[in-house]
Amino acid sequence: MLHHLIRQAAQHGFGDGLSLTPLPAPSRRGFLKAIGAGAGALVVGAHLPMPALAAEAAPKIVGPADPRPHAFVIVAPDNTVTVLAKHLDKGQGIVTGLATIVAEEIDADWSQVRGAFAPADQKLYANHFFGVQGTGGSTAVANSWDELRMAGAAARAMLVAAASARWKVPAGEVTVSKGVVRHAASNRSATFGELAEEAAKLPVPQQVKLKEQKDYVLIGKPDLHRLDHISKTNGTAIFSMDIRRPGQVTAVLARSPRFGGTVKSVDDAAARKVPGVIEVISLPVGVAVIAKNTWAAMKGREALTVAWDDAKAETRGTDAMLADYRKTAEKPGSVAANKGDADKAIADAKAKGGHAVDGEFVFPYLAHAPMEPLNAVVALNPEGGCTIWAGSQFQTVEQMTAAHILGCKPEQVKIETQWAGGSFGRRATTNADYIAEAVMIAKAYPKAPVHLVWTREDDIKGGRYRPLFLHRITAAVDAKGALVGWKQRIVGQSFMAGTPFEAVMVKDGVDATMVEGASDMAYPVANLAVDAHTVASPVTTLWWRSVGHTHTAYAKEVMIDRLAKAAGKDPVAFRMEMLKDHPRLAGVLKLAAEKAGWGQPLAQGKGRGVAVHESFNTYVAHVADVTVDAKGQIKVDRIVVAVDCGEVVNPDIVKAQMEGGAGWGIGHALRGEITMTDGVVDQANFDSYLPLRMSDMPVVEVHIVPSHERPTGAGEPGVPTVAPAVANAVFSVTGQPLQTLPFSRGGIVS
Amino acid sequence: MVRINVNGEERQVDVPEDMPLLWVLRDELNMTGTKFGCGIAQCGACTVHVDGTPTRACQTPVGMLTPDSKITTIEGVKGKAAQAVQAAWQKLDVVQCGYCQSGQIMSAVALLTDNQNPTDQDIDAAMDGNVCRCATYVRIRAAIKDAAQTMRA
Repeated sequence: MLHHLIRQAAQHGFGDGLSLTPLPAPSRRGFLKAIGAGAGALVVGAHLPMPALAAEAAPKIVGPADPRPHAFVIVAPDNTVTVLAKHLDKGQGIVTGLATIVAEEIDADWSQVRGAFAPADQKLYANHFFGVQGTGGSTAVANSWDELRMAGAAARAMLVAAASARWKVPAGEVTVSKGVVRHAASNRSATFGELAEEAAKLPVPQQVKLKEQKDYVLIGKPDLHRLDHISKTNGTAIFSMDIRRPGQVTAVLARSPRFGGTVKSVDDAAARKVPGVIEVISLPVGVAVIAKNTWAAMKGREALTVAWDDAKAETRGTDAMLADYRKTAEKPGSVAANKGDADKAIADAKAKGGHAVDGEFVFPYLAHAPMEPLNAVVALNPEGGCTIWAGSQFQTVEQMTAAHILGCKPEQVKIETQWAGGSFGRRATTNADYIAEAVMIAKAYPKAPVHLVWTREDDIKGGRYRPLFLHRITAAVDAKGALVGWKQRIVGQSFMAGTPFEAVMVKDGVDATMVEGASDMAYPVANLAVDAHTVASPVTTLWWRSVGHTHTAYAKEVMIDRLAKAAGKDPVAFRMEMLKDHPRLAGVLKLAAEKAGWGQPLAQGKGRGVAVHESFNTYVAHVADVTVDAKGQIKVDRIVVAVDCGEVVNPDIVKAQMEGGAGWGIGHALRGEITMTDGVVDQANFDSYLPLRMSDMPVVEVHIVPSHERPTGAGEPGVPTVAPAVANAVFSVTGQPLQTLPFSRGGIVS
Repeated sequence: MVRINVNGEERQVDVPEDMPLLWVLRDELNMTGTKFGCGIAQCGACTVHVDGTPTRACQTPVGMLTPDSKITTIEGVKGKAAQAVQAAWQKLDVVQCGYCQSGQIMSAVALLTDNQNPTDQDIDAAMDGNVCRCATYVRIRAAIKDAAQTMRA
């Protein structure tokens, strides 16, 4: 649903003059230049027009129904096959994943395959679930699958046609394997590179035959290395933080310490005296200090005296906000789900020998804190517009925002997407926040390329957090132990409210991203009432790896264990009974439980817990093993995860995402929280916003369900169930449900 | 002028003495393999070796170094341990976003230079200062053990 709504929102436009005008396709020359390929490369037919959203007309294919090899694959005379990735790689391995799909169909040898980031171009590179170019929602493989298979197959057909013409043999007798084109009968062969120039002159086939799964030689194979596995181990991989343009200056920005505060007055005399400081500029978003280098910029900012106007700022602390949330939760919210009569079902269950369980869950604000702090380099172009070097995640939004600031056309904004040092959702914003800042500074200081750098303190204090949430749940099992009623109220901020997405993402007062995973839960509860309150605050919030499921799956799965206990049932058995109509959820639950040795006796102080959930059309179950020591301190020993994400392109990358997802979930559950005192964030850096470290990391065992279903995502779905599995493991030892996050609040984590 | 020795080469930089080595490397010498992650020695992304000791470049004012201090960065790290560590990282596809990995590798190389048979506790102690937000810790641990085995063989 999220995908559909984002696409609708995109089509409705971004308001404030940022309408989504279709952009012309880049010229062939521009393309070649962009990816550094030489003349004679196979980049075919730069004109292929395509229906923007052919998925609507042909539901079996996501994206345009005709092959577009020119957009995605370049076979160069040097025998390299470069796959252009329209998606940002922020560690999830998508450059490798997309390249694998193309390489499979073109029958390349993996050693000749390269990856490059595609330019920003909505028309060529829209995410077919969004309608704009962007990465998110674990959609990258799912929306690229059809177009990349067709692109690879078309390029292969063109190479075959070129060989057929050169050798004057029937195309049907020409074979391709590992980057070599052969005609067995005449014992002739040629490399891709040798045929590239001739193939480039041939027409693009409009129909292509795709491989069958049984014929795959690359897709699904565990032994392919990531395309970035060498450059990221010898320091040569370039992130936007590493961009150094001629004459480039560095900027840092002083922002209001309170969300919603604005600049009242600035005394920059001392800052201007700091050696290396070039300029100080007041902007609507803060005060920019521009300097010769990063150190001077930071020192200059320290020397600024800025008075802030807090008239419109958030001045509450998080304790006061939570107290307000609790008051709000006393009243009914906007209805997200309403089946049967939950109140009656719960009352009846209590009256007739069943059990009701109440739970209040508190989820803190959380920062994304990607290892590479936010940054972007912006150079104004002499002919108008600008070039942006960034770990760009929502290219179309960023193009339009920059164009709006500069008063140019979106197509005059070039984006050179770089490897991103993590994101977890942070680099995708509806207003291009840090990129907009960089463009504003570049506009005010047009003399040189500007590198805007956020420090870690800027990042931790800078908002765009996973919202603070309060959940109140009452649920009941009847005398037979069947789940009969569930009432849930969710209170928190909507990060869709006030954005161009609001009109379609918020329906009847409910932001879909606040209740996903709750209002549509898989457990068949005949009497289900879920409602939500959207509260307002100047504190900025955002999607955060796995979005609403970060809290809804947690609350649901911890409650399910409490209900299983009340019903006297085993947690796995209780869930299995309820998932009869959900074979893929039941499948991962069964697999994880078997692999973890569910039901085997555990030593004193050891606990085992389970959780299962669907998010982003992927099915995941976690079993966690924990130790609770004599002092009540917990340690996560082992995580077993089972995942069903359909056809798997790169099993080792899915495995890596499950390992990383486990760490992400555990790390924040243990110690992650952003709190505020009188509106000022209490944390500043990794000494106070405590990240997961090596000694916290459990053993992680990953099991992937073999599948012929369409591929879905792996970046986010590995997160939602790991923390509740850990909580349920602790619950199995202590009998105390963990309902306030992080666990460090309960004194059980050092 | 400050004189330092980076990867065996003498370099002169015109910077204030309180500028951390991190920014000298990145902004003055254009050696961007050493990363900025936190600026307060809490994440290890800026780890370099100073006379073989893993050191957080973000908290090392360049004026504290002498021209005799041998600074080694990811661009210049070599030898048996470095080779084994980088090969293991590549063999096991440790990296995800990769931003912290220069620092992880520098810490791992220092560990294995001193200890070619590290226990899990040794690995925890040597690596706890290096944060990876992608949580590649499972593979970092495995790669350190793999590299240690290579070195012992």
